Amino acid sequence: MTTISAHTRIGSINRTLQFLLLHGILLAYSVLTIYPIVLVLINSFKSRQAIFRNPYALPTPETFSTVGYDTVFNRAAFPSYFVNSLIVTVVTLLLIFIIGSMASFALSEYRFRGNTLLGLYLSIGIMIPIRLGTVSLLRMLVSLGLTNTLAGLILVYTAQGLPLTIFVASQFMRDVPRDLKDAARVDGASEYRIYWLILPLVRPALATILVFNMIPVWNDLWFPLIIAPAENVKTVTLGAQVFMGQFVNDYGAVLASLSLAMIPIIILYILFSRQLIRGLTSGAVKF
Amino acid sequence: MTRKRFPTHIIVFLAPAVIIYTVFMIYPLIDSLRLSLYAPSAENPQVEEFVGFKNYETLFTDPNYAPRLQGAVKNNFIFFAVHMLVQNPVGLLLATLLTSQLTRWRGVFRTALFLPTMLSFVLVGFIWGNIILSPLWGIADDFFRTIGLGDLIQPWLGKPETALITLSLVSVWQFIGIPMMLFSAALIGISDELIEAARVDGATAWGVFWYIKFPLILPTVGIVTILTFVGNFNAFDLIYTVQGGLAGPNFATDILGTFFYRTFFGFQLQAGNPTMGATIAGVMFLIILTGVLVYLVGFQRRLTRVEY
Repeated sequence: MTTISAHTRIGSINRTLQFLLLHGILLAYSVLTIYPIVLVLINSFKSRQAIFRNPYALPTPETFSTVGYDTVFNRAAFPSYFVNSLIVTVVTLLLIFIIGSMASFALSEYRFRGNTLLGLYLSIGIMIPIRLGTVSLLRMLVSLGLTNTLAGLILVYTAQGLPLTIFVASQFMRDVPRDLKDAARVDGASEYRIYWLILPLVRPALATILVFNMIPVWNDLWFPLIIAPAENVKTVTLGAQVFMGQFVNDYGAVLASLSLAMIPIIILYILFSRQLIRGLTSGAVKF
Repeated sequence: MTRKRFPTHIIVFLAPAVIIYTVFMIYPLIDSLRLSLYAPSAENPQVEEFVGFKNYETLFTDPNYAPRLQGAVKNNFIFFAVHMLVQNPVGLLLATLLTSQLTRWRGVFRTALFLPTMLSFVLVGFIWGNIILSPLWGIADDFFRTIGLGDLIQPWLGKPETALITLSLVSVWQFIGIPMMLFSAALIGISDELIEAARVDGATAWGVFWYIKFPLILPTVGIVTILTFVGNFNAFDLIYTVQGGLAGPNFATDILGTFFYRTFFGFQLQAGNPTMGATIAGVMFLIILTGVLVYLVGFQRRLTRVEY
């Protein structure tokens, strides 16, 4: 009896130790990821002198200042950068969502000649980055009059996002039971109608896709820099980069611009994260 | 006998994706490879003429290009090595901890660990380049002093010997969320019964990880490796935001992406050269393609053979 209870006691001490160690490591790493971001946020609400006097301190009534945000909103075209980024990201995601899910549906639903080959063709872009074609892409956009337009960016990002989207979504659509679709067909539903009925069933996959497409599009610097650098079409990422160059000593303004640039993406992530995890764990990212 | 018509609805479903993808992705990739075989004509620089592999010859032998190419390739491999040695093992460790049965507040930790991955390069570059590692703020200095390692205080990004490794680690900080997510997903997929059975047989936590979990997530290890490879050899943004297009100090952080950008677009006094840019893109294409083929043939195929 005594040996058993001694055993369980050691066992439970071990478990407690394990529990503490495990959470200790996770907590320490979380501090490493969160603290720098918190530093940006708290200092964006402080006056310039206060930032350098003590960067670790929270803003107090004496040091609180929104001068950075004032600069961002009044002296730079930041609100317009914001709108540009939102338009580019939202329209790109919509296009990827509609076009990608349609193609995935066709690839997973119908047996036709060249199906496998087309699937392979469409997945080349998962591995070969679109950036490598930039020289030619820029020339084409120039000849189409699409440089310095949001449409140009949207088309490039849509092309960039489609391969992975189609790859993941078509695997998911394959898992939708046949009976369901056939029942709808018997009821006289058109193929378009059936596609529309399938969409809600693959929601987790689509959420995964949205998050994975949203982050690189919102944060991209390369294409805005090369194909849409004009003031009226600048995205937040490029705007913040240029802004940092101009206002390099105005830390308050730079910190404010950076704080603003990260908010939308974090909100979108929180909105989708539940579905993201479900999508990931149910095998959305099996190659 | 008439041939059966290809069903219209299949075309309607597929056409938009195929057209956008072909026009804006596949065509530019191929056309860019074609452009790498052309150069502005000596008589009329407006006209480009076919020169065969001469651009590649220039890139590999010309004293203006060859040292930069070698430097960029070498730096890129170091950049990749740091990701493989730090990002992916630590990502796996965090995923293992996150998916452990003992772990509480999983969602909170997961979001915290994934947070940097959502941030733009501009923000990440500014946080590390201008705040933490900047002597002006001295946050890294304070940190080293606090933990009693004052000797480590130095301009990490300013010295050619340390700048590349430092930037690679910043990139690791940013992207660790991706292996963490993919490994978590794979680990969650492992059945509890399997692990329980091993425990009953007396396996230690380490034994369970090494002999049961790791072999089962091997496919994910492959995916993470190839994604890291492609991402690293295509990287540009972080180096550009922190060190500028010249990838200083003295090209110590120059990788293929920054070399490509400078050559294609020009930087400061150097004029842009699109066809030479396309040539560098061609080299990047070859490197990435080689990596992908090694993965598909050498790794993925062997895995499927084991499965059946």
